[in-house]
Amino acid sequence: MNGRPRTRTVVAALLRKEARVELRTFESIPAMTLFSVTTYVLFHFGLQEDSLTGNLASGVLWVTLLFAAVLGINRLFVADDEQGGFDAFMLSPASRGALLFGKAASLLAYLVVVEIVTVPAFALLLLGVGIGQALPDLLAVLGLADLGVAAIGTLVGALAVRTRARDLLGPLLSLPLLVPVVIAAARLSTPLFSHPAAALPARWLVTLALYDLVFAVIAFALFDFLLED
Amino acid sequence: MRAAALQLREVTRRYGERTALADVSFTLEEGATLAVLGPNGAGKTTLLRMLATLLRPHGGELRVLGHALPDEGWAVRGRIGLLGHEPLLYRELSARENLAFHAALNGAAAERAGELLRAVGIERRGDEPLRTLSRGMVQRVAVCRALLHDPPLLLLDEPRANLDPAASELVEPLIGRSSGRTRVIVSHDPAGALAEADLVLGLVRGRPALLAAAGEVDAAAVRELYR
Repeated sequence: MNGRPRTRTVVAALLRKEARVELRTFESIPAMTLFSVTTYVLFHFGLQEDSLTGNLASGVLWVTLLFAAVLGINRLFVADDEQGGFDAFMLSPASRGALLFGKAASLLAYLVVVEIVTVPAFALLLLGVGIGQALPDLLAVLGLADLGVAAIGTLVGALAVRTRARDLLGPLLSLPLLVPVVIAAARLSTPLFSHPAAALPARWLVTLALYDLVFAVIAFALFDFLLED
Repeated sequence: MRAAALQLREVTRRYGERTALADVSFTLEEGATLAVLGPNGAGKTTLLRMLATLLRPHGGELRVLGHALPDEGWAVRGRIGLLGHEPLLYRELSARENLAFHAALNGAAAERAGELLRAVGIERRGDEPLRTLSRGMVQRVAVCRALLHDPPLLLLDEPRANLDPAASELVEPLIGRSSGRTRVIVSHDPAGALAEADLVLGLVRGRPALLAAAGEVDAAAVRELYR
């Protein structure tokens, strides 16, 4: 009899599978990237402005990234649902937590790849200040916000994908839950996009980190129930 | 007497208001084969999915490999091989990649994938994406997937669907009677199912209409199920 597989092995297998499927279908990352860049281009022309600063620049960056993330969340479990990956997982002795970690890590990787392309595009098209000096702080904010989006997105994605109205339910559930992430990330980014750049407000940094932690715990606690019949 | 692999007592399952399965009771010994017969919508697939721990029973008692479901589902997961209507394989991955993924999920040795692909005659096309293979070939890969972790219990829903006679012969030692595993076979080929079964369960509209040793079931009783 085979023993229970190690969580590390299952997470690695999930990540490999996700990467292969994405590289062969290009279903998520290109759509998320194209959406973000197109939105920045539209803002560039719509606002007739290429030198946004402060809270306006911060808002444009985060609202766009939020909608791009929703595209990824909606696609996160589709292949598993349509091709029996859920059933295969439920038949296996692998821990449900491994599926949560694997999927959240996949979504996190998608977001990072999208941001590698779109944040420079945002800076080029819309930002009125250089972000060279503020880059380490911006990366920290992006990382923290991405962790929150990954935890919430994986939870909501797993819930929505098994319903008939998944394309509607995904955004409907994820947007309200992601609003605090956007608020905190936008507040944190505003001083980075000001001239001269100021330090990160510690209060919002703690708020975002706590929100991430709370949703990571909630996702871990609820994930089993979402998968069960 | 051998131990019971499956024990069901008045098992019931509903989908909303509709009762899909009601009062199903039987015991199947280890190593024996149960054939489940019945018309479309009789509850055969629901029964199989409940035995596989994918659906919860809403009433009655259900024990699989000595463990009560759903409470002890964790103890039997990884000891069941399910071959259903869907292959449970990713179309964009190759057979080898799919099997490596399932081996990781089930804590099985990755080398077993190669052995099984060889046994079902797919080894040469094992690196091609599944979407490029015929349905029969995909079914053969699905057989490999179901057996990867060497499960003592096989749940087979039309296992030879899409297989030509040569492919059926190839999978026979793996999922046939000679495999020595406990098997539950759902089939629309009563003659074929009776030939390899020890026990026959006939379902009609979710209720047991026939439960008898295979040797005691005649053609008229089977015909009655499909009227």
